This record gives sequence, C-alpha cells and structure tokens, in this order.
Amino acid sequence: MELIFKLGAPGRRGVTLPKCDVPRHSDNDLPATLRRSAPAGLPEVSELEAVRHFTLLSRQNMGVDTHFYPLGSCTMKYNPKINERLSALPGFTDQHPLLPQLPEGGALCQGSLEALYETERLLSDLMGFAATTLQPMAGANGELTAITMFAAYHKSRGDERRRIMLVPDAAHGTNPASAAMAGFESRDIPSNPEGDVDLEGLQAMLGPEVAGIMLTCPNTLGFFDHNVVKVIEMVHQAGALAYCDGANFNAIVGRVRPGDLGFDAMHVNVHKTFSTPHGGGGPGAGPVGVCERLVPFLPKSRIVKDADGTYRLEYNYPQSIGYIAPFYGNFSVLLRTYVYLLMCGREGFRRISENAVLNANYLRERLAPYYEQKYQRSCMHECVLSASRQSAKGVRALDIAKALLDVGFHAPTIYFPLIVPEAMMIEPTETESKATIDAFCEVMIAIAKAVETDPDSVKRSPQTMPIGRMDEVAAARNPVLASL
Amino acid sequence: MKYYAETHEWVEIVDGIATVGITEFAAEELGDLTYVEMPAIGAVFEAGAVFGSVESVKAASDIYAPLAGKVCEINDALETNPEVLNEAAEGEGWICRFSDVDQSGLSKLMSREDYLKSIGK
Repeated sequence: MELIFKLGAPGRRGVTLPKCDVPRHSDNDLPATLRRSAPAGLPEVSELEAVRHFTLLSRQNMGVDTHFYPLGSCTMKYNPKINERLSALPGFTDQHPLLPQLPEGGALCQGSLEALYETERLLSDLMGFAATTLQPMAGANGELTAITMFAAYHKSRGDERRRIMLVPDAAHGTNPASAAMAGFESRDIPSNPEGDVDLEGLQAMLGPEVAGIMLTCPNTLGFFDHNVVKVIEMVHQAGALAYCDGANFNAIVGRVRPGDLGFDAMHVNVHKTFSTPHGGGGPGAGPVGVCERLVPFLPKSRIVKDADGTYRLEYNYPQSIGYIAPFYGNFSVLLRTYVYLLMCGREGFRRISENAVLNANYLRERLAPYYEQKYQRSCMHECVLSASRQSAKGVRALDIAKALLDVGFHAPTIYFPLIVPEAMMIEPTETESKATIDAFCEVMIAIAKAVETDPDSVKRSPQTMPIGRMDEVAAARNPVLASL
Repeated sequence: MKYYAETHEWVEIVDGIATVGITEFAAEELGDLTYVEMPAIGAVFEAGAVFGSVESVKAASDIYAPLAGKVCEINDALETNPEVLNEAAEGEGWICRFSDVDQSGLSKLMSREDYLKSIGK
C-alpha cells in the first residue's frame, strides 16, 4: 500500500476551512528560527481518499474484533461495545475537564465525579483495599505511583536506608524500570524449580535496606505462587512493603482479593481486566489500590463525598506524593471501566476469572503432547509453551508465530518470559468459545506435525500476509527513523 | 585460560589485564544481537555488578563483571558491528578489558568444562 503522502494531488482538500475572521498576524511576529521556510509536508487528499486509505489499512490489521488474539500477558479480551456507547454520551464528552476546580463548577459535574468515585469504590472492593486512585495514566505509571508511595512511607518513618526493591525473575519487565524511576535499585530474586519465588533466595536478600518487593500475581509464567502469603509475611517481617503487579488480575478477579493476601498496594490495567481498548500506547489507565497505612500518601487530588451527598475534589493531603496526572487521569477510559464494572457485577467477575483459567488450561492440556512445558503444573489465565523441541529441527518460536498469522490467528507473545527457552505465552481469555480455541489448537498441532515432516514450510511463513517476513535484525541495527 | 561465570560471561587474564565477554551459548540464546551497551573507560566495578548490557531482537540482558576491576579498554568494533558478538562471542566479540583486577575472585568462577556441564552441553 502507498503511504498517504503519496496519494492525492497538490491543492486537493477534504475540508473547506471557513474564512479567517481575525486579523492576520505579521510574519515577523515570530522569530525566524521558529518559522517554516517551506510548507509543512501534509497529505493533500480528498475525504474519500482519506476514508479509503484508512479503511484499507484497518483491513490489513489484526484486532480482537476481527481475529483470535491470544497475546499472552496482554489479556486481549473482547471490549463490549456498550462501554463505547455509554462513555460517549454527550453529558460526559462535552464537559470541560477544569469544571470541578472552578467556583460553582462542581455543581455542573456531579455525575462525572460520582462515576469516578463509584469506580474507585468498586475497584477497592474487588482488590480488597482501603482506597484507590484512578489517576495513573497506564499500568507502569501505576507501578511508579505505588512505589513512590512506598518511598514516601519509609521516609515518613525516618527509615531512609531502604533503597533496594526486590523483583522476581518471573515479574513483568516494567517492574525493575518503575523501581529505578522511583530511585530504587532493583534486585532479581530467582524462581524455584516449580516457578514460584525461591524462599531461601528471598530470605537471603531481605534486610534493613530492602524497601519492598514487586510481585506479579499471578506471575508471567501464568502461575499463582503457592507461597504468596508466606512471601508477603517474610517481606513485612523485614520491615518492607509488598506490591502486587495486577496486570494478570483477570485470572483471579472476583475470587481473590490481593489486599486480603496482605499486599500493601497494587495496580490494575483497565485495558486488560476491565475491557477498555488497548490503544497504540494509549490512552490507558492504571488505577492503584492501597491499604490503610498508605492512604495518606495517595496522589492529589482525591474525590470525596460530603455528608450532604455532593462530590468534590480535595487537595489538602500534606503527606501526599503530589500530582501524577493532568486532571483526574484518563476520564473516558475510566468511564468504560465503570460501565464494565456495573455490567459484570460481583458474580460476573467470578465467572470471568473461572472461564479465563478454564480456557487456558484446556488449551495447555490439548497442546501438551506437541510442545514442551518447562513447568508441569496447571496454569491460571495463560500458559507458557516452549518451542524447544521444534527448535532442534531448526524451527523457532518466531517461525511458529509467523505460521499462525497465515491461517488467521494473531501470534502469541514469544520469547517472554525470559526464563523459558523459545517461549510462547498464550492467553486465550474468557471471551473466546471452545470452538475458537479448538480451531487454534488444531492449527498449532498441524504446525508441530509440519515441523517433523517439512520444517522449511513453517520457516517460509507468512505467505498470505500483505507483507512477508520482515528483517527484524536489520530494522534494529539500522533503524531508519525519517520524519516526513 | 578462560574462566566462566554462572551468568554466562567469560574472562581471560593475560599480563594482569582481564578480557571479558559473553559466552557463545549466551549469544546463541539471545539471537541476533543489535546493540551492546559499553561501560565508560575508567569505571570501577565490583564482582557481580552490572557493567553493561546486550540487546537482541528478543531481549535485553545485563552483563555482570566476573571479577572486580577497572575498565581500561572497550571493544569499539561492537558499537558499529554488534553481529561480531554472534560470530565470535569468545574471540573477536570480546566486550571490554579490565585492569586492577582482583584475581582472588577466580576461585568463584568455573572452568570451561564445568561451564559446559552446567548448561547441559
């Protein structure tokens, strides 16, 4: 396909701008260094050309609305359209985001504030925490928010030696990065042969310099750590705090409340568990729930409900870590979350996690004879297979991923987690039917058989995609990042 | 003679200067390398400290100093041609050299034979 810049003709327009009714500024109002010497290189296309271009692009793409999308760790579940409809109501979309801060403005946005207040309350209830902030703009931003609160907590107690954050090797990759951003030094804790945190390794690392642990629960192997309560106890005994990376909350939502396990804080990715869209990097939201002792450190502002039933933003929190997001985070994304929370209810969430776990285990069992599994145990919401048997024949996880694209399935996550060689991390989610999962398994089995008889046929894929095998190595070694 | 660390680095000491790299096995596991992050010359590292990292199309991994010492030379060739690391990880693809090496740390490292055994080769 051509780039949109190659379409159209000079002077062609999709819209006609009204005549400018303010006096034109002199060109000399701006310093020469800030003025263009040549016109901006914008596409010049008609409305039809623009529509056709983007419609064709969307047809070359794979999405949850068009394809099974078992991208492990990402929870690519279906996003119900009612989320879109209700969050687009003009009563929400036409509000100015500064309203709650204007004198008398609060009266004009009670509905929006109530929706946010209720979302916080419902999430606190599902996570088992005293309070929640909706402000973090994404999951990793939620991690940073919580870990910054850990730092503020230790500081408030005059305990400033704690500079180490423990991160198991089966944690999410963003965890060590968030710890570093918050000023901590991250240290790896090894997994034991069952894929759980190694308790002896943990004990050896705990001490007066440890600020906390960041535990992905369930972890990226798709396992619920057998010793999670013990791990949290050990961490607390050492004076440190326990953080739950809730990226995999979909596996336990409605059944396990991380606050009840003893965690001090956690984030959830609303684009995973709570069915808001996965954007191209945003907009996202990563609400953070905290236990009682961390409440004073929550970011400002907070939504409060007064005795007369009105809602407003409150800023007077002297121990708060301060501001982390403009306005109150990504409002429209949070509205979608609210709709989903109300649509599912407590009983709905129990069924969601049950089916997510059932689907992943069904898939794991069906594929067990054909693909290696490093850990022999049942999984939660996702399973990690290894293409190690296939790689002995020269076919790697990457080749299998490409072969799946050819037959209309999005590839699973590959080469993650790092502790499994030739990893393929598959997460079917609860929104897929048995028929779809069976069709996927049949294809995976057919690929495993093709590896035995004709490995080159797998290595030649994809054949049916608009673009064939891309040279990832050349792209990474010699990136061409031209601006148009 | 080369010594090997559990974290897949090798070190070889000649005239008091230690040459350090990652093992052929590590390079093979990482796949095609695209970038090597080097330490600054003159930087001092404890044994086991992260002194750089390697990136491939699959993953980024830290590299740990097998012995304590001070960086005295880096392999400039890797900055423009990281593929050398895939071609000859335990030769031309060395990463950097350390002076002021604490050789007492050698006792914690493995022989080639023991290393190969540890990775099941």
